[in-house]
Amino acid sequence: MRTFSYVRAPDVETALRAVADEPNAKFLGGGTNLVDLMRENVERPDVVVDISRLPLTGVEELPGGGVRIGALVRNSALAAHPLIRTRYPVLSQAILCGASAQLRNMATVGGNLLQRTRCLYFYDGASACNKREPASGCAAIGGFTRNHGVLGVSEHCIATHPSDLCVALAALDAEVEVESTRGTRRIPLTGFHRLPGSTPHVESALEPDELVTAIELPAPITERSRYRKVRDRASYAFALVSVAAALETGGGTVTAARLALGGVAPKPWRAVEAERVLLGAPATEESFRAAADAELAAATAQDGNTFKIELARRTIVATLRDLTSDGSAT
Amino acid sequence: MRVNGADEPLDIQPQVSLLDALREHLGLTGTKKGCDQGACGACTVLADGERINSCLALAVQYEGREITTIEGIDHPLQGAFVRHDGFQCGYCTSGQICSAVGMLAEHKDGMPSAVTEHAPAGELSPAEIRERMSGNLCRCGAYNGIVEAIQEVAR
Ligand SMILES: Cc1cc2nc3c(=O)[nH]c(=O)nc-3n(C[C@H](O)[C@H](O)[C@H](O)COP(=O)(O)OP(=O)(O)OC[C@H]3O[C@@H](n4cnc5c(N)ncnc54)[C@H](O)[C@@H]3O)c2cc1C
Ligand code: SF4
Ligand code: FES
Ligand code: FES
Repeated sequence: MRTFSYVRAPDVETALRAVADEPNAKFLGGGTNLVDLMRENVERPDVVVDISRLPLTGVEELPGGGVRIGALVRNSALAAHPLIRTRYPVLSQAILCGASAQLRNMATVGGNLLQRTRCLYFYDGASACNKREPASGCAAIGGFTRNHGVLGVSEHCIATHPSDLCVALAALDAEVEVESTRGTRRIPLTGFHRLPGSTPHVESALEPDELVTAIELPAPITERSRYRKVRDRASYAFALVSVAAALETGGGTVTAARLALGGVAPKPWRAVEAERVLLGAPATEESFRAAADAELAAATAQDGNTFKIELARRTIVATLRDLTSDGSAT
Repeated sequence: MRVNGADEPLDIQPQVSLLDALREHLGLTGTKKGCDQGACGACTVLADGERINSCLALAVQYEGREITTIEGIDHPLQGAFVRHDGFQCGYCTSGQICSAVGMLAEHKDGMPSAVTEHAPAGELSPAEIRERMSGNLCRCGAYNGIVEAIQEVAR
């Protein structure tokens, strides 16, 4: 690991000032991704600003039924929070499906949003990687692609965003609050992460001097929501495909649907095409399949990840079936 | 640093991990380094009673926090691991024990898991223990003994 200087920020203002005039600074949340990448020399900050003691650890109910989540809330604390477990079960489930208990105790919400891809070539300094080294090429294309994306990818990068938590946030219409010495702004989660296009090293709408301070969720469309994750082993593995869904039905018809996919795209993938097909359709397996087909029509695969398209289709159908199968869909 | 109830003065660079600080600077070699990337759990210690991976923690970040390593643990789990053959080579064992101590506390506090989701926290079934302990790998495959040992203590 390269040497760096360490600043511990007791308050938000100190944190923002510490990065304002320092182009090569990084915030340190739980450190579970940053420390790993620094050890691999993928991240090489000159200054590390420790934000883990900032007082942004609240989970508060908002007037109107939404919730505000501080950026430094630990993943484990968020998953266990009664408000999240009862009103946004998909979020609690997504977090509990991710990483391990030790990592969830360390990881923060802000850090989970900004964690970087698990593409092995990105980690390996000897491989060409446009994300790590712009314009150097992409060793994954034509290489080992089991973990790579099938939606929203480009000829310059096919890496996926590895988060589970963010997939639930995408389905829940979350907004990200960010702050810098220049002021505060809000970014919808679905616009927070960027598609790779020809600049895969640009991963989010966040400026280098901006701190994520909170996530806000509007009141849920329904408390019937669910996360399903398919992976190579039963626990402690990243998603091959995951689905976050919330479904409201009335008289046998879908009256509201929220759907997002993980493991298949460079960002948490809000499945707008599928939602369009579902809305007003009978809550049946045929509709669920048609919705999945609509979303996956644009999918493109490599040799190693063709299976993900069919797996995503089946996982979407299964998740929606879960949400209607206990008799409460009328 | 506060380690196992004592103040330990340390003069180290910020890039030193908590794991290396414990092993290389304080001579507490009970905590093991398996992968050094958060993927095996051998380095598990408790910070203010919560289990964490010390390989992904910068020591400086944990200044003033109460760190507990296997050297500071005296728990019925230790005897139970011996009785149930919860190890072979023993390399993962200190991490398993620290993790299990943290896990039992989490379970008592009502922490849900991917297995229970909404069920009230009842007795720890083998499936629960396997899920809650999935952050600790054992290359010797002593999992059956590990699960039995934990289940006995959890009762
Ligand atoms: C073995 C292993 C398995 C894993 N499995 C999964 C999994 O299955 N599912 C899953 O979702 N995740 C998984 N993870 C990833 C883990 O969830 C992330 O590493 C974690 O959420 C990152 O949070 P952190 O607080 O530790 O971030 P850090 O490592 O502290 O930071 C990550 C990045 O975010 C930036 N950052 C942090 N906080 C802020 C903020 N408030 N504002 C602006 N920038 C910020 C940092 O500068 C850094 O660039 C796994 C990790 C490991 C090591
Ligand atoms: S897929 Fe993206 S991250 Fe992976 S090697 Fe190619 S450019 Fe790099
Ligand atoms: S050494 Fe820390 S998790 Fe493997
Ligand atoms: S006892 Fe050998 S690794 Fe677990």
